Amino acid sequence: MANQGVNQGRRRFLTASTAVVGAVGAGFAAVPFIKSWLPSARAEAAGAPVLADISKLEPGQKMTVEWRGKPVFVVKRTPEMLELLPKQDPRLRDPNSEVESQQPSYAKNPTRSLKPEIMVLVAICTHLGCVPEYKPEIGPQPFDHDWAGGFYCPCHKSRFDLAGRVYQGVPAPTNLVVPPYRFPDDHHVLIGEDPKEAA
Amino acid sequence: MANSNNGVLGSLMAWVDERLPVTDFYKHHLSEYYAPKNFNFWYFFGSLAMLVLVNQLLSGIWLTMHYKPDATQAFQSVEYIMRDVPWGWLIRYMHSTGASAFFIVVYLHMFRGLMYGSYRKPRELVWLIGMVIYLVLMAEAFMGYVLPWGQMSYWGAQVIINLFGAIPVVGDDLTMWIRGDYLVSDATLNRFFALHVVAMPILLLGLVVIHLAALHTVGSNNPDGIEIKAKKDENGKPLDGIPFHPYYSVKDILGVAVFLIFFAGIIFYAPALGGLFLEHDNFVPANPLVTPIHIKPVWYFTPFYAILKAVPSKLGGVIAMGAAIVMLFLVPWLDRSPVKSIRYKGILSKIALAIFTVSFVTLGWLAMQAGSETQTLVARICTVLYFLFFLLMPIYTSIEKTKPVPERVTK
Repeated sequence: MANQGVNQGRRRFLTASTAVVGAVGAGFAAVPFIKSWLPSARAEAAGAPVLADISKLEPGQKMTVEWRGKPVFVVKRTPEMLELLPKQDPRLRDPNSEVESQQPSYAKNPTRSLKPEIMVLVAICTHLGCVPEYKPEIGPQPFDHDWAGGFYCPCHKSRFDLAGRVYQGVPAPTNLVVPPYRFPDDHHVLIGEDPKEAA
Repeated sequence: MANSNNGVLGSLMAWVDERLPVTDFYKHHLSEYYAPKNFNFWYFFGSLAMLVLVNQLLSGIWLTMHYKPDATQAFQSVEYIMRDVPWGWLIRYMHSTGASAFFIVVYLHMFRGLMYGSYRKPRELVWLIGMVIYLVLMAEAFMGYVLPWGQMSYWGAQVIINLFGAIPVVGDDLTMWIRGDYLVSDATLNRFFALHVVAMPILLLGLVVIHLAALHTVGSNNPDGIEIKAKKDENGKPLDGIPFHPYYSVKDILGVAVFLIFFAGIIFYAPALGGLFLEHDNFVPANPLVTPIHIKPVWYFTPFYAILKAVPSKLGGVIAMGAAIVMLFLVPWLDRSPVKSIRYKGILSKIALAIFTVSFVTLGWLAMQAGSETQTLVARICTVLYFLFFLLMPIYTSIEKTKPVPERVTK
């Protein structure tokens, strides 16, 4: 084919515009493929609230409830445990629960709970998602010589107090998450739903 | 081969060659691909990596014939393969041992590159493509490890996916997108299966092809780090080169034989290798509510995992781990030495490479330990040394006194 009289400017424009239109098309075509990785309708539906009976929970005891496939700890704290909470403040990263995403507004208080004695926490370490162990014993521990009771993550040794507040000098960046919850009556806790007045 | 114009075979070959350049390809990549004649022990591992790749593809295809990518059935189906499928145990152990073998040969192959400067001009792309292969291999191995759906599969997936959660702003949505659920679940397992058996292998094969295409364009480096193409005979053939086939194909067969002795030994006598190749906790079905006491990745990820753990900050740890891998990509431009091979580099480069190797192995060992305060301190020191090897490379490679490089390759 003869190349004389070729309009290079027009050729460049046509090549570039074809490439741009093609790239935009490919971009749109990628959307369904990327979005199909999001949780399905079935997975979303499985995230319903769960009701747990806490009437048999003794002071100092912990129970585990499954909510959205995640373990949720419900701990009944003793008065002694509650007394030690404010004393931890200087050793904590976020003693006043300033990070908004870690608890609902009604749990942004010194005990991080609706009722001071009942602690509800998503038991997923904020570092890399392991389940922390409940270590209620007060006194020196291999991982902390001045342990006031709390949660200890076996994976990377993050420590949290009995309000799920993270200690300084551990890999976990934030306090444990307090899920939305309410007390429909004195014997039950409903995890996954805000209190009526707060909603 | 193609010269024989007589005979049925010769004319058949000629007929094919006019339509598909089979003979050309054979000459270009095998019978007339000139490789330096001074290859040593360290040059076995490239071809061994290809052998292991074939082993993984073959055993992997056979495993998919019995495996069920379903959270309720996956663990059982692996047990079924081990107990009920004829020779299923052998095929699975070939695959699981092959995964570790892949990393052993790839690490040795990469170490060879670091020693002899195989990443230096004009082989930067060979190195970079190789590094991409290494990344894809890590993704492939990680997703494969999730498939048996044991405790370590599950919690390993949980920890590694959550690494992406450290990314500011989009982190949490990104982890949910990767999992396809609020937690690691059936959706995650199913997509990892698809990626592990289809997407990643295709990518891996494509990358291996371009790794070799780039290598065969620039030619192989050698322990002396000098270009054999610089000295050619009257026919234009490198004086220090010998055709890959039959010389190195035969040499590699010896390597294959020795490798297979070790490989078979592990498959038959120690397939779990004391919890190193198959971790003890993975013989327990996945339980989303209980974390195993010690979460640790399989041995080949441990050096990077130790770097992650050594940094007392979530985002910082993830950045350090990522940077540790990025450093390897930059090596071709960090090395300023006038010579390629460690043989002719100065004392500083030798010390640096030795310290780097010790740090890397120590980090790998430390990540498998419980982690006392002393161990954390050692991990931090090794992490710093790991990075200093790369960051100081432009300095120590340019100030040290190098030895004169020979004109021709030595023994």
